[in-house]
Amino acid sequence: MKKSVILGVATIAALAAGAAAAGTVDDVKARGKLNCGVATGVPGFASPDANGEWQGFDVAVCRAVAAAVLDDPSAVEFIPTTGKTRFTALASGEIDMLARNTTWTFSRDVDLKFEFVGVNYYDGQGFMVPKALGVSSAKELDGATVCIQTGTTTELNLADFFRINNMSYEPVPIETNAEAQQQYLAGACDVYTTDASGLAATRATFENAGDHVILPEIISKEPLGPLVRHGDHEWGDVVRWTLNALIAAEELGVTSANIDELSSGPGDNPEVNRLLGTEGTLGEMLGLDATWAQRAIKVGGNYGEVFAKNIGEETPIGLARGLNAQWTDGGLLYAPPFR
Amino acid sequence: MSDVSFVRTEMLPEKAPPASEVGVLGWIRHNLFSSWLNAILTIVSLFFIYYVLSNILAWTFQSVWNANSLSECREIMMATWGDTHGHACWGVIKDRWLQLLYGFYPPYPAHPDATWSNPPETGAWPAYFRPNLTFILLLVAIAPVLFTKVPRKLLFVTAAYPFLLPWLMWGGSIWGPLMVAAGFAIGYLAYKFVLPVAGSLIAMIVAVALPILWWLFAAGSVADAINSVIPIGIASVESRDFGGFMLAILLGVVAIGVSLPIGIVLALGRQSDLMIVKYLCVGFIEFIRGVPLITLLFVASLLLNLFLPPGTNFDIILRVMIMMTLFSAAYMAEVIRGGLAALPRGQYEGADSLGLNYWQAQRLIIMPQALKISIPGIVSTFIGIFKDTTLVSIIGLFDVIGLTNGIRADTAWNGVYWELFAFIGVLFFVVCFSMSRYSMYLERKLQTGHR
Repeated sequence: MKKSVILGVATIAALAAGAAAAGTVDDVKARGKLNCGVATGVPGFASPDANGEWQGFDVAVCRAVAAAVLDDPSAVEFIPTTGKTRFTALASGEIDMLARNTTWTFSRDVDLKFEFVGVNYYDGQGFMVPKALGVSSAKELDGATVCIQTGTTTELNLADFFRINNMSYEPVPIETNAEAQQQYLAGACDVYTTDASGLAATRATFENAGDHVILPEIISKEPLGPLVRHGDHEWGDVVRWTLNALIAAEELGVTSANIDELSSGPGDNPEVNRLLGTEGTLGEMLGLDATWAQRAIKVGGNYGEVFAKNIGEETPIGLARGLNAQWTDGGLLYAPPFR
Repeated sequence: MSDVSFVRTEMLPEKAPPASEVGVLGWIRHNLFSSWLNAILTIVSLFFIYYVLSNILAWTFQSVWNANSLSECREIMMATWGDTHGHACWGVIKDRWLQLLYGFYPPYPAHPDATWSNPPETGAWPAYFRPNLTFILLLVAIAPVLFTKVPRKLLFVTAAYPFLLPWLMWGGSIWGPLMVAAGFAIGYLAYKFVLPVAGSLIAMIVAVALPILWWLFAAGSVADAINSVIPIGIASVESRDFGGFMLAILLGVVAIGVSLPIGIVLALGRQSDLMIVKYLCVGFIEFIRGVPLITLLFVASLLLNLFLPPGTNFDIILRVMIMMTLFSAAYMAEVIRGGLAALPRGQYEGADSLGLNYWQAQRLIIMPQALKISIPGIVSTFIGIFKDTTLVSIIGLFDVIGLTNGIRADTAWNGVYWELFAFIGVLFFVVCFSMSRYSMYLERKLQTGHR
């Protein structure tokens, strides 16, 4: 414990002496561990299990990057961040990347000096109401009491939505999702609004989930994705293309079942070959070895498999692919070509 | 004439008092039904107590222990009682109690792959041996401080404990803590040797400055050097893995243990005649007391990160410990100042007339009385700071409160609230209530009839 203070002082001295910091890729390789910022607990996206192992959809991105860079999906130091601490943790270098269902917005990208490397989940704000209320559309919610988390973008979206539709509402301000569930179930509000994925996860925990409906309107765009610091483009590329590799793998039909067979030698599909490193030098361009994408995909399978395992329809959270389907299936996932 | 006497010569035997005045009945009559108003209040209160207890007890004891998820709990409840309301699902505690107590601290630090359910085959210490030993040693170390009947020799454990605690908890080489301890020896020796040469003020300054220089510049490299020759150490544990109630105890013990001496020094400094010392102390106390603890924690977790150069590894738990200690020291100083102010002037003058110097007077006459007066306030501050440790969940540390969020994020337990918080409440109650009882015991023991 004392030693880290000493180390801290030593580091200050070293930096004052003019030693330049290396790029994040080299830092991560030298450290042998990826410091990945995650949420302190969002069902399906990031949660520690009984053994303290992190699980979830965001966590899978961290593990894939660790596998690509360090050849070890468990070489990740998961650093839980709250909504308040996440950006400072990234800006200060405490974490190398943030995968904490964070909405990609203009000001976060430009003003806070971060770089969103892609979108791993397209979310949007929705409404949940008890079936007994007899409401089938959000446009019928005039005069409703609404449970809303304070200080979030959802609060602003809600105000916008009701203003546009010329309706009034009474907000019931709450602090956390846990509190919201209790308030909503106790009848303190008619409507609960937050991201649709959060609504689905919340509804899944109710005793009588069938008594509650999620209204069809999605009133905002919430593209959630991993982000890195501005300026370190080599590192940004590594994270971006690891995410793209997972998405492209699904599109190209590379799964955890057939990846060993496909990567044993060059096959018929040149893009699969380039992705898996059996052809071309994509890995070298990225500053990694040829099989980086293979390792990333092997951790939990392609994007579709990761989705199905953590938040898909078979899980208690039960999210449909919806916007998060491949572009070939009418969704928004569209990985640029591996060429 | 008869000699019938109208005066009784012997006493009648005492009759038993009426049944309605003594025993349980009498007590009830006098205390609960002495008037109409009291009778009504009694009945209403009894009904209220019955109502609360009947719900809480049923919830606590008509409960499900053997379940692996909330939905399984609900199924069992439906099958057993035909209703899911009013029954606790303790399965979550059964599943996660180790995590709530120890956070992610590895049960077998020397065997990184082993888990609680999958222990290493041979040659390992029992699970959670190190935090448990640290806790037992804590009890041993504070026993001689708390109770005068305990053998004085245990004070050696107390003296060694501040160095044992970090070594056992964080692990690593034993030379690090030893070199830190050496700093105190250096300070002591410096004082001893400089005192006859240069007088007490210079000796004091040297005794403070030398150890600080030693810790900053020499201790680390010396420890590394010795370790490369004679490596003695245990597997180290990352600060990130600390959590649960263990973290609350760790932060609480450090903040409590360190803040009392700092608080005494600050209280004395505030009363000092030396202007610089006085205003430094006043400034520190007023600044810290004027700022909420949560702000200090945010400074520790966020601002320091921005000020320090990137890549600096200034341990987050150490940062939080420092902030909590400073916070509680400022409050402690004011509590002790209250004790000092309550002492009559005659005590100071008496000390002077005996020819005692400042430190002797403080040690032998002023402090024992001032501290005795301040016991309730000191213990209140202790209890307060111990409970405040839960605030660290806001800066992303997994203390018990932070863990409830993490546990709820597991799809198996999403939707569990009261069971977790009830468990945490019991943990905190046990510790805080013990502290409170001890302070009452201490007050009774030290009651020397000054009042």
